[in-house]
Amino acid sequence: MLEQIRANRRRALVLVAGMAVLLAAVGYGLAEYAAPGAGAFGVVVALIVWSIQALVSYYSGDSIVLRISDARKIEKKDHPVLFNVVEEMCVASGLSRVPDIYIIDDDALNAFATGRDPQHASVAVTAGLLKELDRDELQGVIGHELGHVNNHDVLYMMMLAVMMGTIILLAGLGRRVLFRTGPGTRTGGRRSRGGGIILIVAILLMIFAPILAQLLYLALSRRREYLSDASSALYTRYPEGLARALEKLGRSTQKLHSATPALAPMYIVNPLKVTATGLSDLTSTHPPLSERIRILRSMGGNTGLAGYDEAFRKVTGRPVGVVAFAAPGRPPSPVPPTEHADRVRQTTDALWALNDYIFIDCPCGTRLKIPPVYAGKKIECPHCSRVHEVH
Amino acid sequence: MIFAIVFLVLIVIFATWLMGMYNSLVRAKNEVGNAWSQIDVQLNRRHDLIPNLVETVKGYMTHERETLEAVTKARQQAVQITGGSVEEKARAENALSQTLRSLFAVSENYPQLKANENFLALQEELTSTENKISFSRQYYNDSVLNLNNKIQMFPTNLFASAFNFKPAAFFEVEAPEARKPVAVKF
Repeated sequence: MLEQIRANRRRALVLVAGMAVLLAAVGYGLAEYAAPGAGAFGVVVALIVWSIQALVSYYSGDSIVLRISDARKIEKKDHPVLFNVVEEMCVASGLSRVPDIYIIDDDALNAFATGRDPQHASVAVTAGLLKELDRDELQGVIGHELGHVNNHDVLYMMMLAVMMGTIILLAGLGRRVLFRTGPGTRTGGRRSRGGGIILIVAILLMIFAPILAQLLYLALSRRREYLSDASSALYTRYPEGLARALEKLGRSTQKLHSATPALAPMYIVNPLKVTATGLSDLTSTHPPLSERIRILRSMGGNTGLAGYDEAFRKVTGRPVGVVAFAAPGRPPSPVPPTEHADRVRQTTDALWALNDYIFIDCPCGTRLKIPPVYAGKKIECPHCSRVHEVH
Repeated sequence: MIFAIVFLVLIVIFATWLMGMYNSLVRAKNEVGNAWSQIDVQLNRRHDLIPNLVETVKGYMTHERETLEAVTKARQQAVQITGGSVEEKARAENALSQTLRSLFAVSENYPQLKANENFLALQEELTSTENKISFSRQYYNDSVLNLNNKIQMFPTNLFASAFNFKPAAFFEVEAPEARKPVAVKF
């Protein structure tokens, strides 16, 4: 996980640096246009704008993002169940501070997390989600979001959203300037050269904004979505909850009204989905839902990160897993057996006991059944490698 | 000269690596302590909620005095164990869980009670607290596992023994007697 956290921090830095270059270029172009030779001044102004923007997006990017998505902060009394579920997931993930909780009044089913680090994090869910999901499913979704918080995905995603917003804004501004000066430049002979430059800048920005958006989407690799699914399964020890929730999210046809391309990658499922989900798989920001669900379903009782990795490889057929640098040696954790499985186990245990088999309950949850010939020897638990004496 | 500089750089890198290893051990150890205190926080929260629950329920459940008394008694016993061993504590808390479960089971027979908002709020709080208790145990066991892995695995194990890091104990989910093989009659 540390590896992932470091990678996220590095990406955020690259993003900020890239933004500086872009803004400096725009500033240079604009200044040269206004007064030839003033390019350096334009760069200075652009860099000042950039530093303000970077600071603002770092320190209050979360509130900007939340305001754009029409999220309102709630208190415990507004929705005690949601509050409790978030608190439960915090306990399960070892998060020291409970994130601020927001509700988006929208019938669509979606959720996202934001903030610059685990100490300054917020989660937002839609009202539709609260209405449609039961407690287990909600737990899975919140577990996924807190996975993003714990893996420090939120900082990168938030900076990205604000930067994207700025680029889109700049593109719009460029277009406006272009249209306003368009007719006026007919008479001025001096302006025609500058007009050419701003034309180029504006056109470049307009072309680049959507392409950049696409590139950043891809950079926001789907791996972090898989990784958060894995974290959710680890926290809840119940991947079926998230799987069911994702199923419901995928079936819903409600559109999220406040969603914008800049914010889309932050959500648990793509809020701008087209109806033919299969077609957009290659370029989409999120891994295909059906695949995420199948991976979660094939985890079985092994709900650790390693279990998710194994299921991922089995379902996708890819040789490299998704949580390669996961915490080593998290063993499978025992799931509460169902009633039927429990009865079958009791019966077989009784049969073993009739044959004088020796039972040892290992603290990792495994019950070792040892043939009588091993009495007096030592034996190693196949799951956690603890050594037990056989009496 | 160049040799000396290379040697110095290597030593600095090695020292940083050692420091990182030591810090990771300390972090793992502190995490275990923190996780343990989380369990305590949740258990206390449950103790605090129960008197309110009993007070709310009393007026409705006139025929269930035994169930209510069992809850109160189990809570009393759980609260009293402060310096006891982990097993003792776990047993008392498990007994409390059982009595609460039966209280909520019989509450199904009282439609008026199910309509009482106060009761519903308390039920939600207690359900959530139960969940938090098991999640905090789970997290405690995860962090114990992490620490023990560090202590036993190469290369941190060399360090762990030198600085006297001790493996921590897992929190058993159930009372020991609940784990005995179940007798099945044919």
